[in-house]
Amino acid sequence: MTTRLLINGRARDVDVEPHRTLLEVLRDTLGIFDAKEGCNEGVCGACTVLLDGRPVSSCLVLAVATRGKPITTVRGLERDGDLHPLQDAFLRHGAVQCGFCTPGMLLTAYAFVEAHPHPDRAAIREALEGNLCRCTGYTKIVDAVEDYARNRCG
Amino acid sequence: MQPFEYAAPASVDEALALLARHGADAKVLAGGQSLVPLLNYRLARPRFVVDVNDLPLDEIRVDAGRVRLGALVRHSTLAASAVVARECPLLTEAAALIGNVRVRSLGTVGGSLAHADPAAELPLAMVALDARFELRSARGSRTVEVRDFFSGYLTTVLRPDELLTSVDAPPTRGAGTAVEEFSRRPGDFALVAVAAIVTIDRQGRVENARVAIGGIDGVPRRIPAVENALRGEPPATDRIARAAELARAEVTPQSDALASGEYRTLLAGVLTKRALARAVSRAMAVPA
Ligand SMILES: Cc1cc2nc3c(=O)[nH]c(=O)nc-3n(C[C@H](O)[C@H](O)[C@H](O)COP(=O)(O)OP(=O)(O)OC[C@H]3O[C@@H](n4cnc5c(N)ncnc54)[C@H](O)[C@@H]3O)c2cc1C
Ligand code: FES
Ligand code: FES
Repeated sequence: MTTRLLINGRARDVDVEPHRTLLEVLRDTLGIFDAKEGCNEGVCGACTVLLDGRPVSSCLVLAVATRGKPITTVRGLERDGDLHPLQDAFLRHGAVQCGFCTPGMLLTAYAFVEAHPHPDRAAIREALEGNLCRCTGYTKIVDAVEDYARNRCG
Repeated sequence: MQPFEYAAPASVDEALALLARHGADAKVLAGGQSLVPLLNYRLARPRFVVDVNDLPLDEIRVDAGRVRLGALVRHSTLAASAVVARECPLLTEAAALIGNVRVRSLGTVGGSLAHADPAAELPLAMVALDARFELRSARGSRTVEVRDFFSGYLTTVLRPDELLTSVDAPPTRGAGTAVEEFSRRPGDFALVAVAAIVTIDRQGRVENARVAIGGIDGVPRRIPAVENALRGEPPATDRIARAAELARAEVTPQSDALASGEYRTLLAGVLTKRALARAVSRAMAVPA
């Protein structure tokens, strides 16, 4: 089934079998490795992408069902080849260790701060509840998101 | 995942025709947050998937004195709805407790009710609220009361060719409502969850109490013994505690990999007390 996927603002017509998840099509068909496969059951958040601006588990979405809807992977956060300020905050705070959780953390945090521009730490922790990190212990991730949200609003 | 044929009909009638044609070989796909894991594990192997996401069933409205939710209302939409927060805040609270943010982005009211997990928040809330379900098939439509809808662990009276199109419940204005649950990790299904709806009369006594519990049996259910113990009584802390103790005697949960039956029994008492205490204090805060 030829399906039009809108990935990071670019339309791609892809031949997709209906039983393929978006995660499989991104990685195996298109070679886009921004979304990671962790649990394949919606728990870990490593495969997070934004669909219509909202975080979803790409392991639990059929690729055909996303036809015509904007998909954002972590690379979609870049601004003219520069890191997004949120990515920059992750770097400065040491919020990245192995990096496996990072694309999902970034996209989830980005969508959260768009919807809640003045979050406190507790709200940030709660927003990231569904994204597991095995390395950082979360503190530096929360620091980075807090810093980004604060500076974003001036 | 096993291969299947896929269709995304644009109208309810088309969807119903597809379900009538494919019957038990077909599966409805709504938010996919329960179905796609089952497909990934090949626990579900439909030949045909009917994606209902293009159907116009995502409306929330108040009509004929009932709060009506289309089957495709997302958990995140339900949690954020101002109308629902005003008319039926139990649903707001229940929706916000579901899974993680990604599950709430896509998961739907209809999908949660049709999937009928015994620990799920929305089935529990619907039991407490005395909700009504609208089911449609190519053969016609029927209305089913919540007490007749859930028929056992992960099963409902939905037939293979039927679509749940909407659910409606009476508003709870004037009542205090609360949901309490316990899960081992944030985002997990609850081990036990309790919903309470309390109204207080002019004398400051409990006029009516409705208490429902999930995670104990195959389907969520009311606990009449607790409700009856409160009715007509002043809602003092010790009375709430005593009524909540009755919940423990009313349940005989099984042990499983997640928790022992004994622990679930303990949770039944603790969560009933917390839910009632919160519902009562909210009911007292309602302007007379
Ligand atoms: C990691 C994770 C954690 C979760 N945690 C929770 C939790 O804490 N609490 C909770 O309640 N749920 C939880 N869920 C499940 C979630 O709420 C699902 O969204 C919900 O159970 C199913 O809704 P859906 O729209 O995704 O349905 P789908 O997955 O699309 O469908 C589920 C079933 O219902 C049928 N169906 C769907 N819509 C209809 C309809 N309109 N008419 C007839 N049949 C229909 C489908 O055929 C399928 O059998 C979790 C899910 C995940 C992945
Ligand atoms: S791989 Fe999708 S949530 Fe874990
Ligand atoms: S940095 Fe390694 S999992 Fe988060």
